Amino acid sequence: MERRDLLKRVGMTAAALPILSHGTSKVPTQSVAPQAPAWIGPAGTPSDPDLVRPKTPWEKVLTASEMTTLTALCDAIIPADEKSPAASQVGVPEFINEWASAPYDYQRGGLVQIRGGLAWLNTEAIRRFTKPFAQLSESERNLICDDICFEPKAKSEFKAAAKFFDLIRDLAATGFYTTREGMKDLQYIGNIPLQKFDGPPPAVLKHLGLA
Amino acid sequence: ADKPFGFYDATVDGGWRVPGEPYTVAPGSDFMWWRARMLGGRTNHWGRIAPRMGPYDFKPRSRDGLGVDWPLTYEELEPYYDKTEALIGVYAHDQSLENTPVSRNGTQMAPPKPRAFDLLTKKTCGPLGIPVIPAPIAVLTQKQDADRWPAKLFPGNPLAQRVVRDAMRERQACFYATGCGRGCAIKANFQSTTVLIPPAMATNNLTVVTNAMVREVTVDGRGRATGVNYIDKTTRTDQHARARIVVLAASACETSRIMLNSKSSLFPNGISNGTGLVGKGLMDTVGAGIGGQIPALENLPPHNNEGTTRLHLYTPWWLYKEQAAGKLDFARGYHVEFGGGRDMPDAGIFWGLENYTNGAYGKRFKEEARRYYGSFVYFDGRGEMIPNDDSYCDLDPTVVDQWGIPVLRFHWKWSSHETNQAAHMVKTFAQIIEGMGGKVGGAVEKDGSKVIAKGGQIIHEVGTVRMGDNPRTSVLNAHCQSWDVKNLFVADGAPFVSNADKNPTISILALAWRTTDHILAELKRGAI
Repeated sequence: MERRDLLKRVGMTAAALPILSHGTSKVPTQSVAPQAPAWIGPAGTPSDPDLVRPKTPWEKVLTASEMTTLTALCDAIIPADEKSPAASQVGVPEFINEWASAPYDYQRGGLVQIRGGLAWLNTEAIRRFTKPFAQLSESERNLICDDICFEPKAKSEFKAAAKFFDLIRDLAATGFYTTREGMKDLQYIGNIPLQKFDGPPPAVLKHLGLA
Repeated sequence: ADKPFGFYDATVDGGWRVPGEPYTVAPGSDFMWWRARMLGGRTNHWGRIAPRMGPYDFKPRSRDGLGVDWPLTYEELEPYYDKTEALIGVYAHDQSLENTPVSRNGTQMAPPKPRAFDLLTKKTCGPLGIPVIPAPIAVLTQKQDADRWPAKLFPGNPLAQRVVRDAMRERQACFYATGCGRGCAIKANFQSTTVLIPPAMATNNLTVVTNAMVREVTVDGRGRATGVNYIDKTTRTDQHARARIVVLAASACETSRIMLNSKSSLFPNGISNGTGLVGKGLMDTVGAGIGGQIPALENLPPHNNEGTTRLHLYTPWWLYKEQAAGKLDFARGYHVEFGGGRDMPDAGIFWGLENYTNGAYGKRFKEEARRYYGSFVYFDGRGEMIPNDDSYCDLDPTVVDQWGIPVLRFHWKWSSHETNQAAHMVKTFAQIIEGMGGKVGGAVEKDGSKVIAKGGQIIHEVGTVRMGDNPRTSVLNAHCQSWDVKNLFVADGAPFVSNADKNPTISILALAWRTTDHILAELKRGAI
């Protein structure tokens, strides 16, 4: 890259898509023009994060005991089966912790709902079975989950818990099915570079009555 | 929240809120203003939907007595649509439909093959009389012809031919992977950042100043623009850029904000605003949509459904005759964008699945997920809004941003033409979904005001610095040149007179190219 080109790009930090260095994939370094301000890459602010090396700028706030309960719940919703592992095996509880710890209004509301829901689960488990949720047998867990798995049909005393359960199910599905294992479970095919796009194969057309 | 369209969205430093740069909304109005604070502006985030405006769209008032006519015709802009398509790369349908023209000169590319839900939608829409054709999208489906187009686009200009040829050679045809919204590493899609700015820089005639926020256009004693005052955001100092010609293209509302703030003794109400029209005629696109679940799409054999990740097929507006006959309770049309199928699982996948499964969890949840994955479709209408006196922006008299620049205040009202259109959209989409043997998610709302998107939400704001053929009723002449300040031009969506259902980007580009030709011609003859 010629120095003149480099100097022109100085100051583009807010828009520092690497793609701008057309003709070369090299990121200019200070040694090219030590007297000029260096290419410092993305500003590193929340609205201009480093997309190549993503990191979560906030602390995860759920406690170890909350995570124990959350893990048990995630695995009750997405257990291992013959096609794919359980939610906790692909980091779903940690993903939900990251989500719930985010410093935005919506997630702050979610954190209250999740903490409240986790506390309720344990209280309910102890009330019914004299042990915390994570220590229940599968059939004991299901007795509680059956009461809270569908808010429109939940009894009035279970409505709040059912809303919480639905949030965790949605988040767990997001966390699970966006992993390699989750995509494989759904038999997702895509995001593979192709020379040409052939459209749906004959088996699909036949299935749809379009063959 | 910091990146409203996702962490990996190609737009950085922008969004519905920009820290330190507020705007206000007048009581009783509802308006959302999305801003991109980066090089390449809004082209970093868009659907790449690039339909030409049609002949009717330039003369709306002549056709139905509403709104305002443009000071130019489709035929006048047509060569610039051709040039723009050849430069940026657009795939499209190959036959013109009523008011839905395509290139007559081979400037558009062949569309990709339809996907499963595209074909099912087309089959269902046929008996309903709804056309489904390849969508016009700014994505390359083949390498650009770098040996042919540069000489045609820039005759007699070897420098432009060279930089454009080089830029075209660097771009690859779509490889049907990686979503367009995250930016395209092989430059198959159009965004200014990768397609326009690199060749412009390669001319060595361009200096880009980033992190610069324009405060005002400066003028001399004769009322000619002399440049702009701007704030260098990194040092928080005021700077001045001198210019023979000033071209504003800051996005429609931001452009009118600069003009309203460019006050001087010659222009006490803002530059080129003797008529008080700057800020008036603000329009967005009407948006409404619904989704549904289609049993026929359940358990589809696994296959690659992604294509370009943009539209392959769409529906252009089709009820011109019914409208002309007074059979509809809204005056202007909309087009339909639709999608669905076995896309890459993303955040929110299976949000709402509980309604189909009675709250499944456990092993049953995983089985239901396999069954329902890919069986959901959505339909979104994007329609024309007619400009009205209640929708405009002005300066808030009491609020400034962190740079001390007075901020915009938005005033907004949909008329029944828009809300009735929104109601027609969801009614039609429900018909299609049911025609596919599917079920709409939730009840179908009959009140259009309850389904219409908020003003600004579709991010198609245009107007506010209207062009026209009369200096008393417009701010700019038919070449987007200020009536009052001969060396001041506007080259974004602000000159728009109407906002057809055709997504504005391609028309903004074509109009800007035409404006540039006019500037060059005027310079040559010494008029500015």
